[in-house]
Amino acid sequence: MKFVDEFRDAELGRVVAGEIVAAVEPGRHYKVMEVCGGHTHSIYKYGVDDLLPSNVELVHGPGCPVCVIPMGRVDDGIALAHEPGVIFTCFGDMLRVPGSSQTLLDAKADGADVRIVYSPLDALRIAKQNPEREVVFFAIGFETTAPSTALTLRRARAESVGNFSVMCSHVTIVPPLRALLESPDLRLDGFIGPGHVATVVGARPFQFLPDQYGKPVVISGFEPLDILQSVLMVLRQLGAGRATVENQYARVVPWEGNLRALEIMAEVFALRPHFEWRGLGFISQSALRISDAYAEWDAEERFSVPGVRVADPKACQCGEVLKGVIKPWECKVFGTACTPERPIGTCMVSPEGACAAYYNYGRFAREREVA
Amino acid sequence: MCLAIPGQVVEVVDEHNRLATVEVAGVRRTVNIGLLDVGDVGAVPGDWVLIHVGFALSKIDEEEARATLRLLEQMGAEYAQELDELKASVIE
Repeated sequence: MKFVDEFRDAELGRVVAGEIVAAVEPGRHYKVMEVCGGHTHSIYKYGVDDLLPSNVELVHGPGCPVCVIPMGRVDDGIALAHEPGVIFTCFGDMLRVPGSSQTLLDAKADGADVRIVYSPLDALRIAKQNPEREVVFFAIGFETTAPSTALTLRRARAESVGNFSVMCSHVTIVPPLRALLESPDLRLDGFIGPGHVATVVGARPFQFLPDQYGKPVVISGFEPLDILQSVLMVLRQLGAGRATVENQYARVVPWEGNLRALEIMAEVFALRPHFEWRGLGFISQSALRISDAYAEWDAEERFSVPGVRVADPKACQCGEVLKGVIKPWECKVFGTACTPERPIGTCMVSPEGACAAYYNYGRFAREREVA
Repeated sequence: MCLAIPGQVVEVVDEHNRLATVEVAGVRRTVNIGLLDVGDVGAVPGDWVLIHVGFALSKIDEEEARATLRLLEQMGAEYAQELDELKASVIE
């Protein structure tokens, strides 16, 4: 329990860990999925899973935006980056994500003008400073990030910034959860809901989990104590035979979400009929495109994007990891051919990816320390 | 890009574009506070906010802000990288 000392309230951490032990039925195996990559990261960093009884298993979900971008989409971005005159902007996390033949970092080394930005507003500023160039922003992320892209596009339109466009790869959280629950190879008992996504969408969109699938869900904060408390809340619902949406992170997440953000998203984006997710395949109505009103700023309208579907590398089992079917270390290439320095799959690229988190903080690292 | 970092609003510098100077981990940066414009009250100087990719996503109280900062500081490299990217950000 060495990590419990780093909790905001270590004593409370021990109490909650004890209550979890008391809440489980010894003969029953519990599988609880933490949806968000930020939670996965905290779980490994603080050894939250080590505080749980052996029959409570945390399963890592698909909520890492970098991890779910399919290879073909990365190739599309690289193709745009190689267009003459284009300044291609993206978040730093995207640079090392492998496409079928190279990464954006490789493209940059080949002479493409690829620039890391912290904010889509930085990309817009670069466009205004370089009126003779075309500036494309590679927008990724769940509902946490999409409102920022939306407000940036609003400003681009208000200021008639004609050399700015967005390659929109924003995804939404509910459809992949539904896809997972419909998949026959995974049996889940409950969910730890994503705190930051819920800040925007609120708790209500998760109501389908109890209503249609009978699964408890607890929206959770990111501190290890938050996650422990949320696991306890899920287990207590299961013990009482209840399934409902609870909000452990109410100090940040309003039940109805951020109405302003939702309103702006509805104006700037429209649902794509389907979108490919790495490892999960095509999921209908699971991603956002730029709405007709903003089509002028849609990079996919402005440029010819290859849009070729590329199968994931055979050795890579990111799909199974993203679905929670296997643990990171059960992948054949984990820690050998695939490392954070030389990733094969996306789950090893992003710090929120289950493989990178496990590699950096998990038992693997601890075993290496011991060895 | 997945982190949300707490900061304290210092002053609104561009009312029209809803930009404010926010102090984050000892550095002052400009962020957009337009997503907090719900009802009549937006973010005002003194408010603590959670910042994600240059946008204030929600208001939080000071205790929450300090606890979140402590958590982030313990993260080490990823938080350092996020702060570096934030420091390089020039929103105007």
